[in-house]
Amino acid sequence: MSSITPEEWTAIALSLRVALVATLVATPLGIALAWLLARREFWGKGLVDALVHLPLVLPPVVTGYLLLLTFGRRGAVGAWLADSLGIVLAFKWTGAALACGVMSFPLLVRPIRLSIEAVDRKLEQAASTLGAAPWRVFATVTLPLALPGVLAGMVLGFAKAIGEFGATITFVSNIPGETQTISAAIYSLIQTPDGDSAALRLVIVSVVIAMAALVASEWLARRATLRLHGN
Amino acid sequence: MLTIDASKQLGEFSLDVAFESDGRVTGLFGASGTGKTSLVNMIAGLLAPDRGRIVLDDDVLDDTAMRIHVPAHRRRIGYVFQDSRLFPHLDVAQNLDYGRRMNGLPRDLDYAARIETLLDISALHARRTGQLSGGERQRVALGRALLARPRLLLLDEPLASLDEARKAEILPYLVRLRDETGVPTVYVSHDADEMRQLATQVVMLKGGRVAAVGGVELLPK
Repeated sequence: MSSITPEEWTAIALSLRVALVATLVATPLGIALAWLLARREFWGKGLVDALVHLPLVLPPVVTGYLLLLTFGRRGAVGAWLADSLGIVLAFKWTGAALACGVMSFPLLVRPIRLSIEAVDRKLEQAASTLGAAPWRVFATVTLPLALPGVLAGMVLGFAKAIGEFGATITFVSNIPGETQTISAAIYSLIQTPDGDSAALRLVIVSVVIAMAALVASEWLARRATLRLHGN
Repeated sequence: MLTIDASKQLGEFSLDVAFESDGRVTGLFGASGTGKTSLVNMIAGLLAPDRGRIVLDDDVLDDTAMRIHVPAHRRRIGYVFQDSRLFPHLDVAQNLDYGRRMNGLPRDLDYAARIETLLDISALHARRTGQLSGGERQRVALGRALLARPRLLLLDEPLASLDEARKAEILPYLVRLRDETGVPTVYVSHDADEMRQLATQVVMLKGGRVAAVGGVELLPK
């Protein structure tokens, strides 16, 4: 089997960039939302919870089409972004990051929410009697104790983002060098005659990236858990 | 001086208490289920009363008629829980320093050294909380509360989770704290012997009501 071509490297680098940006932007949002769902009661909580999980159960092509309707050049949000901020998402790699972020959001939020729910509220009470205002209780007690869940959510989200296909191709198409991620490249290659060996190379790369992410998350989670048990 | 006149409905149980404490160590004495912990949580600000007032040294902490409820983190009231509640992700030194940091207090090495010597915890600094014995955990929890410079210290059965030998180990430290720090304290216990050694004033609780207020002679023999 020959080595990886420059075009394939482009798809790999793009996939990594898209998934990394999607994860880094989604993580603070995911933490805020997970905290709201875990610790606060508010009107419409059930609806918010359902909305977060929607991309998990909707056909990806539907999510992609909804993104196109909303963030496309003629979409309500898309037109505004383009006219007032000059940001265009449709058919751009940033749009791919948005699609990946939306699709991976439920997987990112869930472990974070569970780990925040698992933080002993008694420790948070102790922190407040020691003078910590609510946001500092969150920053110095809740978040550090929920860290294994945050890392797990980030890795799961990243893995989902790097493999996302349906919503991305619907929203930003399959443009080499701009929106063609590993998945989209594999899809194109297996539709071309003699694309098999190139497709296989990219399949191996995907497996390696996924394995590396899982091993890294396992290692980080184990370290964090050890630390949190006070040993 | 701590003045309380407050009530709180907690499911089937109703707490309705009024008393004034001017003792150095006010003992809240009563069997389990008489509302001691709920009362202490109200003083700490973790539980808001349905009705009434809680005043500490002319500072109104709760007044339902005036819609005043000072949140726990602004009360400067130290709280040592039955289960020490040390932060597992911080080492002993960081636990001890936590209250000072949160209250934005300047470092006072003399005061810290005095409290740590009093509690014999200076040697534990680098330890993780998981490596402490039950007695050490409670001493660190006491130190952590005191180093936040509280105006009042609440001790909710701090010895209850310890065996007899450990209790005997900690009790002298509590007596020293009472005699040497001068921080007014509310001490909760259902153990008359413990209470006799520590309290300067006793508030007897029964079924969510104050049954009697007086000296240690109120305690059952």
